[in-house]
Amino acid sequence: MNSFDDVKLEKIVAWLLISGVALSALVVLVGAAGFLSNHGSELADYHVFRGAPQRYRSVEGVLGAAGPSDWRAVIQLGLMLLILTPIARVAFSLMGFVLEKDWTYTALTALVLAILVYSFIAPH
Amino acid sequence: MRITIRRKPYETASIRSSLPLCFERAMTHLQFTGLVFGISAVAGCLGALTGLGGGVVVTPALTVLLGVDIRFAIGASLVSVIATSSGAAAAYVREGYTNIRIGMFLETATTIGALVGAYLATRTPTAILAIVFGLVLLHAAWSSSRGHPRDVAGREDRLAERLRLDGTYPSAQGQQHYNATHVKTGWGLMFGAGTISGLLGIGSGALKVIAMDQAMRIPFKVSTTTSNFMIGVTAAASAGIYLGRGYIEPGLAMPVMLGVLAGSLIGARQLVGARVRVLRWIFAGVVGAMAIEMIVTGARGIK
Repeated sequence: MNSFDDVKLEKIVAWLLISGVALSALVVLVGAAGFLSNHGSELADYHVFRGAPQRYRSVEGVLGAAGPSDWRAVIQLGLMLLILTPIARVAFSLMGFVLEKDWTYTALTALVLAILVYSFIAPH
Repeated sequence: MRITIRRKPYETASIRSSLPLCFERAMTHLQFTGLVFGISAVAGCLGALTGLGGGVVVTPALTVLLGVDIRFAIGASLVSVIATSSGAAAAYVREGYTNIRIGMFLETATTIGALVGAYLATRTPTAILAIVFGLVLLHAAWSSSRGHPRDVAGREDRLAERLRLDGTYPSAQGQQHYNATHVKTGWGLMFGAGTISGLLGIGSGALKVIAMDQAMRIPFKVSTTTSNFMIGVTAAASAGIYLGRGYIEPGLAMPVMLGVLAGSLIGARQLVGARVRVLRWIFAGVVGAMAIEMIVTGARGIK
């Protein structure tokens, strides 16, 4: 009998989802506290679409800007961690199915992961 | 001499056009954050209970109620879907509702469908499609509110057996065993769900629950929680694109994410004790409202 089974896989997936959500929520909360204490009384205006500033659109940009001088970049970093969570979940499931030696599901999960990666790197 | 005070036509027009924007007047970030957090908490709770994600409530609330630009609202809605999905899924997987294998198998259909949808998006009349899909959803809302006779016993699906698409889930009578049937139909519907969400950016959760509940005859709570598990992946696939286009605005997405997350954790707790009949009615109500919204937006787009 295989030592790695669906019950273990479920535990790992649940643990991964909790950690991903907790970590991203923590980062967003820190950013929110900084942002609101500095700009809380300024007016919010999202009626007209100008697009988020360029530095908030890429991982490198956010990592470069995040800090006490730019709290919104800290928030954006947390949001990026949140987006990463389901993708990491698929990657971990793939490893789990390999450990279970379940080749049908290894192939299916690899296909899903490949499509996800493609959608991120494909030119838009 | 009679004096008549007549309002100039353009004045009435401007009043009427600003009417739905109840909170359009200037708001500080602090007020805005509080209000959006509250709305999002409700959205997250409903989304976690129905397997639809938070976007169904967040998008119309932001655009109609608060006058937020639709592109910012789409970005925030994507964030809300991922937050509901991941927040509630952790609880549902641990409780033993979510079927990871069914989710993983059907994700092949939704992600391929999403690619096809994104490819077709520029050459499809989305307004007409929105109306047709809205009508389909109206019918689906009606039929899912009634449930279906449990005729699973005795019916064996060979593909389901090979893919091990069976499982157990906790119920009031203890652990219940179930089998999936009509796997091919389910996969086809999921492919449709992915394509539609790639084309219209909405509605994938509804089709997912309907495909599992009505076609594959999977228990309702397993259907909604497995849908909830899957929508995060579908949303993450398009989040990269929208992030690059600047649709995700941190100041706006922050209260949405935190609110939806709080709401989804409350919703996940409610699901365990909730009766399936009640859940079906909530699901049908939300899907019905969504369908009408799609038909109205589609009709406006044709004009």
